[in-house]
Amino acid sequence: MKPSRRASLSAFRPQITQLERRLFLKQGLSLGALSLLSGCTLKDDDAVDRLLFAMSRFNDKMQAALFDPSRLAPTYAEADVTAPFPFNAYYEEKDVPRIDGESYRLQLSGLIADKRPWSLEELRALPQSTQITRLVCVEGWSAIGKWRGVSFRHFLERIGADLTARYVGFKCADKYYSSIDTPSALHPQTLLALDFADAKFGYPLRLRIPTKLGFKNPKFIHEIFVTNDYAGGYWEDKGYNWFSGS
Amino acid sequence: MVDEAGARTPRIIHPLYIRVTHWVNAVAIFVMVLSGWRIYNASPLFHFEFPAGFTLGGWLAGALAWHFAAMWLLALNGIAYLAYCVVSGHFRRRFLPISLRRALDDIILASQGRLDHAPGRYNAAQRLLYVGVILAVIVAVLSGLAIWKPVQLQALTALMGGYESARRVHFFAMAAIVAFLIVHIGLAVAVKGVLAPMFTGRAEAPR
Repeated sequence: MKPSRRASLSAFRPQITQLERRLFLKQGLSLGALSLLSGCTLKDDDAVDRLLFAMSRFNDKMQAALFDPSRLAPTYAEADVTAPFPFNAYYEEKDVPRIDGESYRLQLSGLIADKRPWSLEELRALPQSTQITRLVCVEGWSAIGKWRGVSFRHFLERIGADLTARYVGFKCADKYYSSIDTPSALHPQTLLALDFADAKFGYPLRLRIPTKLGFKNPKFIHEIFVTNDYAGGYWEDKGYNWFSGS
Repeated sequence: MVDEAGARTPRIIHPLYIRVTHWVNAVAIFVMVLSGWRIYNASPLFHFEFPAGFTLGGWLAGALAWHFAAMWLLALNGIAYLAYCVVSGHFRRRFLPISLRRALDDIILASQGRLDHAPGRYNAAQRLLYVGVILAVIVAVLSGLAIWKPVQLQALTALMGGYESARRVHFFAMAAIVAFLIVHIGLAVAVKGVLAPMFTGRAEAPR
């Protein structure tokens, strides 16, 4: 029996608890201000971390409940597009991966019926749509961009992905990785983008999902997988909230 | 020193409910402001950053985790407080009427050291400031929701003038709260006999 798409995150809590435990500690959770002003140091960072992570998992659930699969992100006019669009990654702009479009094949794995790899030509042969939406970065800034590509829902249906599975995950050529909940993956504006302002923003394939923060929009995708096991993400595993819906 | 009639059984000027929600709110605001400063620093709106030593969270993810945890404390406690104030008549009794002119008069009297402090009764300046900071917190919460959920709560974001405008509204609501706190904490420490009752609830015996 498949769990419902809306199933709570509690089922995978055990797997991520261990991971959670070490993250903030490794990042060095500074309680500088608190200890400065109260004159005491919170020695038990671990308990504080656990509380914060429990709240972050709670916020995942609340955001999943708040997510309306039919509510569209506001769209903008061509004239509103931010130029130049800001580059943002965990590395510098000069280090973006250079991928040969001719030999590129998108790999598929996990709970997918047809795992045949896809060439760019084949992806371009699917119906394309364009969107101009606001990308909101977890840092707070935002920019309006234009993306064109394949409806992710259409693609997932086409490859026979198990749409009752919990997660869709992405592995990228820049060693970045992320995962999203299936309801968000099936949102009408979630796009496998092939055309965007510049190759540095994820050539040849990136996800554009205007219902989530920027870091949930992986670039340079080389593999997509469908799973019921929590798959985390590059920034998510360092402590950012996993759902991060807009 | 002569005891007044009621000195042995001191009057409760701050009900327990108000004291509890006040201090829970104090913790929530403290966490929200200091983690908010760290979040601000990740992408400053203006040409300054908050000193890292006065922020909470260590880095952006930590600050966001604090902010999105404490927001529940702030919101639930705030709703509990406002519901009590409205239902019990506390709001009407303690804060109304509000008069800008009288508030100015009281501020002038206070600056001359001539304003009497009557325990359990807010002067006009206090009323204006307390109602003002409650409104500032409400604006901070609403603009925060607008930033957090510009798609799901897009009507609210539009009400704030759009996403980028909502960030500024959120910043200035914070600034208003911090400005209030400077005055509020300053006076709570400087004026004799007003801090202890916020813990005990009892008006201190007249000196």
